[in-house]
Amino acid sequence: MVSIGFNNVYIGDWFSIASPDEEKGYIKNVDMYMKDYYYGEKTPEKAELKMQKTVVNNLLQRNKFDLIIGGDLSNQLGIMNMTAKNYNKSFLGVYSACASFVESMIIGANLLTNKQLKSACLLTSSHILGSERQFRFPNEYGSLKACYTTSTITASCGAVITNSQTKYKITSGTIGSVVDYDIKDVANMGAIMAPAAAKTIYEHLINNGATIDDYDIILTGDLGKLGLEFLEYLLKTEYNIMNFRNICDAGSCIYKEGQEKYMGGSGPSVLPFVFFNKIIHNKKYKRILLVGTGALHNPTLVNQKNSIPAVAHAIEIEVAS
Amino acid sequence: MNYQNIVKNITPKEKRLENAIAAFISGGLIGSMSEILVSSLGVDAMLIAWIVAASLLTGLGKFDTIVDYLKMGVIIPITGFAHSVSSASLEYKEEGFITGIGANFLKLAGSVILYGIVAASILALVRCLLWLV
Repeated sequence: MVSIGFNNVYIGDWFSIASPDEEKGYIKNVDMYMKDYYYGEKTPEKAELKMQKTVVNNLLQRNKFDLIIGGDLSNQLGIMNMTAKNYNKSFLGVYSACASFVESMIIGANLLTNKQLKSACLLTSSHILGSERQFRFPNEYGSLKACYTTSTITASCGAVITNSQTKYKITSGTIGSVVDYDIKDVANMGAIMAPAAAKTIYEHLINNGATIDDYDIILTGDLGKLGLEFLEYLLKTEYNIMNFRNICDAGSCIYKEGQEKYMGGSGPSVLPFVFFNKIIHNKKYKRILLVGTGALHNPTLVNQKNSIPAVAHAIEIEVAS
Repeated sequence: MNYQNIVKNITPKEKRLENAIAAFISGGLIGSMSEILVSSLGVDAMLIAWIVAASLLTGLGKFDTIVDYLKMGVIIPITGFAHSVSSASLEYKEEGFITGIGANFLKLAGSVILYGIVAASILALVRCLLWLV
């Protein structure tokens, strides 16, 4: 796998918006909560579009940028494209499912590192009603959920990366490869993504000459409680890494017990949501590895009896005290 | 051991027996209530009553919660059929009458109709053969 080092790239600002479901959970400090899933719109897609616009507008008030890089889960990146048309900015749409945010961060940091660009905006979002309808069943349909599934979070997160120095420096990133361990169960996304996460973590450590203890926290995207077990199993058996003390999964620390979210949250906005609203405020963490994990789920191919491949990208952030 | 087996072993199992008991009781209750309705009002009224009740509860957003408790016992009878049709039309109503509701109305119920007719034809054929013998 390819690892890239970055110079003079810092995280300047961030903004998140979430729904009442997330408000009831563990993550506080969120900039804005909506009153309901619909945010005053008629469909979940329009609500997600409005959420993304809220994030970009708020970031624009405090920052200057000429490039937006982003991705969400909607077909053909429909919602992201609709958001981008409202701003006269260069736009790159990216897709690697729930690893999209880290992918956009790697692309953005790479463009900034040679100083051809001063700043860029990274954007992502997910909406439970939109995802349910696109990947599964109509929302009101009482499909019986597997007890080990994850639930898409309703949130939109944006960040501005910049050349001007801040406390949060982006130092390196690893672009993951697509792996497939032949899992066909669409409810078990953690099992699908865990091999990709394990491989990317291992390769990032090797390429940077680091060990797992060098990091204060390794935050994976949306493996869920069950996926984390698979990740630990794979690190132990395939990569001979025995210490998982630093590994934490973003998806499994959003919701409280009793919120009926099964194994935790999923979606591209999970990782930035937890990172910008929890991890970054904790002074304990000085060296952080973010591992975005994406299950590259395509309903048509799954119905044609194919397995689901997965990809994971990693990015390393150092926090100055 | 390969990864697929590990996944199978670690992934929690569904509580099949509990689900089956819940479905047996709820499905049985619907069946026995239907018997009473048939004897008092007739078959047509019984069917209409269940369809109206299921569609109304779907519209109010309650039916999916009921399914969580009563499991397949409310999906297999005609209540489930009405629910699948009404939930699909609610979902796609913003996409227009033709491309939205029209195209997706039978998205979930289509296979029930198709294979229901196929099964009925086969059984009718069997009955016909038995009658000939």
